[in-house]
Amino acid sequence: MAEPMGFYTDTTVCIGCKACEVACKEWNQLPSTNGGVNTLSGDSYDNTRKLDGIHWRHVKFIEQFTETRQDGRWLLMSDVCKHCVHAACLEVCPTGAITRTEFDTVVIQSDACNGCRDCIAACPFGVIDINPVSGTAQKCTLCYDRLQSGMEPACSKACPTSSIQFGTVRELRGRAQQRLDQLHQAGVKRAYLYGADEKILGGLNSFYLLVDKPEVYGLPPDPKMPTRNLTSASLFSILGAVLVGFIGMVNFRNRGGRAHEETQP
Amino acid sequence: MNGVPSSTYFTVSPEWGWLITLYFFFGGLAGGAYFLAALIDFFGQPEDRPLARLGYYISFPCVIISGFLLVIDLHRPLRFWHMLIESNTFQPMFKYWSPMSAGSWALLIFGIFSFLSFLGALAESDRLRWSAAGRLRPPGVIAIVLALVGGLFGFYVAGYTGVLLAVTNRPIWSDTPLLGMLFIVSAASTSVALLILLAERAGWTMPGLAALYRMDIYVLGLELIVLIAVVVSLGPVWRAWLNLWGLLLGAIIVLGMLFPLALNWRKDWLGDFNVTATAALVLMGGFLLRIVIVFSSEGI
Repeated sequence: MAEPMGFYTDTTVCIGCKACEVACKEWNQLPSTNGGVNTLSGDSYDNTRKLDGIHWRHVKFIEQFTETRQDGRWLLMSDVCKHCVHAACLEVCPTGAITRTEFDTVVIQSDACNGCRDCIAACPFGVIDINPVSGTAQKCTLCYDRLQSGMEPACSKACPTSSIQFGTVRELRGRAQQRLDQLHQAGVKRAYLYGADEKILGGLNSFYLLVDKPEVYGLPPDPKMPTRNLTSASLFSILGAVLVGFIGMVNFRNRGGRAHEETQP
Repeated sequence: MNGVPSSTYFTVSPEWGWLITLYFFFGGLAGGAYFLAALIDFFGQPEDRPLARLGYYISFPCVIISGFLLVIDLHRPLRFWHMLIESNTFQPMFKYWSPMSAGSWALLIFGIFSFLSFLGALAESDRLRWSAAGRLRPPGVIAIVLALVGGLFGFYVAGYTGVLLAVTNRPIWSDTPLLGMLFIVSAASTSVALLILLAERAGWTMPGLAALYRMDIYVLGLELIVLIAVVVSLGPVWRAWLNLWGLLLGAIIVLGMLFPLALNWRKDWLGDFNVTATAALVLMGGFLLRIVIVFSSEGI
């Protein structure tokens, strides 16, 4: 297997140009929203609004302004599939359509997916959705086809500020740590890395440098694997079955006849 | 946590809507009715055999409806077989840790058991002229194995749906481990209610029916306890029901659980209509319960 590949996204240098979104759409031939008719959000420069089956990259505009709008700031973040080391979508997929590639990335095989949507409910980041054209669940593939040809993913290639950086996860973590140290020395004490170590789902192959709490960026502070509930939910279900079975047996063995007599006129 | 009570609030809805809600209801009836029929076969009296057959008559059509609902809910329905066979390798596709994968197999296997018991019931009542099918009814060994294993799969089909919801990252569903237990108990209560309703309409008076009346009380009581446990186990997420869904849940508790329990206690309240009303309210409550569980999370 090749070395794990991923993205390091430094949100402090994102300028919200959306070149990544456009490059992703072009390379992956993703359809326009609303049949090509321009749909504006009306309250933000963010008109994409979310990741889904036809938006595999999404530049988030987090607008933090005071009531009077005298003061404020934009936080910008190009969001994408995290290609988790412990991937919730891959874990639950009942068709085997979701696989881990030789680059340690997570890819949905559209020809195998039947659109059951279990992966959508499982993804802790809300990344996956149905592509209305294919009728299958889709998300970022980390440009698997380009990687196989030794090329860089379209989004990071197009990024003009190197906010999105592509490389081996090991190398990216080193680069991210250097940038973090630089920011801390410059007084940006709130800067931290999200998903660059094993604490979050065994590590996110696509990780972020953030300067506010994860939830401000729409990221879960404590994402978990869906199977965390499997054992407890199964055991409680068995308990329910045992209790119902016990109630049934008691009533049919001991009380059936007597109750019958009671109901007779 | 930026105004949300759980990390599950950062996920998106899979849009499991009416078709899945209906499946949860019919799947529960399929499993529950089969379990009851098997229970009657094992512990009932000879006069109860029509009641057991009624259970099998309910179960198999409900399995068919369930399969149909699941297939048409897929965005690519013709690929339904990908749940069972890996489309690239044509090897069996089975993940025991994925409730949807294991549940697909369970539904298929349960469907076979349900079909065989359905055939047996038809043969026993002379609706099917096929003597071999008669061996699918007790006291033969085949029939006992069928009822025992089929009954266990019935429980699985009735309950795995709740485990499936728990094994996601969606609000409410994955914030409690008790939905599988709730669905199993609710499947039992709705199945008992349907058996009672149909037997009552047919004018039957066998001893097993009286046992079902009594079972109804205990199962409804258990369902109420489990539902309260679900709300408690949600922790801060229970606030997701401080809206119309919560009101509907309250109505389910009052009209679908407490009132039927009261009608069981005071059998003269509604006269001849008492049994029918009790059963109908329990069935309605079971269906509405699944609507609340599915749609209250879908709306977040």
